[in-house]
Amino acid sequence: MLAKRIIPCLDIKNGRTVKGINFVDLRDAGDPVELAEIYSKEGADELVFLDISATEQKRKTLANLVFCVAEKVNIPFTVGGGISSIEDVDILLQNGADKVSINSSAVKNPQLINDLSAKFGSQCIVVAIDAKQIDGEWIVHLVGGKVPTERKLFEWAKEVEERGAGEILFTSMDHDGTKDGFANEALAKLSTNLNIPIIASGGAGNKQHFTDTFVKGKADAALAASVFHFKEIGIKELKEELKENGIPIRL
Amino acid sequence: MKIVIINYGAGNIQSIKFAIKRLGYDAVLSSDVSEIRNADKVIFPGVGEASSAMKKLRGCSLDEIIPTLKQPVLGICLGMQLMCNSSEEGHTIGLGIFDVDVVKFDSSEKVPQIGWNQINNLKSDLFEGVTENEHIYLVHSFYAPLCAETLAECSYGVDYSAALRKDNFYGTQFHPEKSSDVGEKILENFLNM
Repeated sequence: MLAKRIIPCLDIKNGRTVKGINFVDLRDAGDPVELAEIYSKEGADELVFLDISATEQKRKTLANLVFCVAEKVNIPFTVGGGISSIEDVDILLQNGADKVSINSSAVKNPQLINDLSAKFGSQCIVVAIDAKQIDGEWIVHLVGGKVPTERKLFEWAKEVEERGAGEILFTSMDHDGTKDGFANEALAKLSTNLNIPIIASGGAGNKQHFTDTFVKGKADAALAASVFHFKEIGIKELKEELKENGIPIRL
Repeated sequence: MKIVIINYGAGNIQSIKFAIKRLGYDAVLSSDVSEIRNADKVIFPGVGEASSAMKKLRGCSLDEIIPTLKQPVLGICLGMQLMCNSSEEGHTIGLGIFDVDVVKFDSSEKVPQIGWNQINNLKSDLFEGVTENEHIYLVHSFYAPLCAETLAECSYGVDYSAALRKDNFYGTQFHPEKSSDVGEKILENFLNM
């Protein structure tokens, strides 16, 4: 049976791992390659590296970091942040990334999704969507959640799937950093509407939240950062609890 | 031991190279026919779309070379699929090593299948030391149905081939280089053949 995935996210700024509360105040939580190895040994199913400085600073690639991570870890990992062209993706994949995640560049140029999936295959194209509720409507945001767009979450997600994305990484800006649980209602709607895997992100605070997002949110994978970085939740104990709760999981 | 990873411009070969390095060996990337022929072990990777990958193979005449190789050959993911008779993806004619036709998952499950699934009914020394129902990492939309050459099974809406073997040719739908310690064990078993 296909297992639900637990994905630690390493937000990267200037080559270091950071995690912001609601994406603004950043705290330093260590060396990304070392953390990646630790997570891999603890039983993480996959890793995501997001260069959160990239969109603002136009920094193009994390090629060197990707190379160092690929050398050490034997689980898949995704890289995102500032990726906006076929060349960007090519360099990251050549250096050992398994997938790339695109966000702002997809909203600005949706054709990019088609181009990347045609060139590299849907399986390595993750589209990240940041959204928050405005007057009861989920609105897609850019630049780490700072800039609202005209796009509505569910319509955009459907379009992303039709254009060839292999996966959607959905972050609720309303939940991110709150530690109150994932946006399960919106996640369940995404998972039901779409036929590609959905990664839940934003709001993890305790182990029960992960069970909830797999059961109520129908998520295929759950991503979190600070609860793992600051060792508030151990990946091994989390996965054991999920298994006890009847969630298919890899131990 | 000389290990060659066939380099035809399709896929993430860096991680296979690193996985082999973690096992204590060096692998060479090559599209050179004599270098491939003279290798002790050949790895045939592949990520992406079947018809364009097949076009690249034909572009360097490797489609004629691969089926004639005598040493152990391991096709991974799309590499394994291209070793089959055909693929529904892009209506592609394959290398015809494995006597099975690759088809698409129907939409009763999410496609692509991405993540860790379990392998069972394990056969052959490729899986020596690997227990039934271990998790391995897969990313794919197309699959090889069960057939006489199936070495390991996986289930995703349908039971299908997680690995195939014909004589010296092996194929895994999963990525051993990304399947944690289990995957490295399988890769090591292949290198020890």
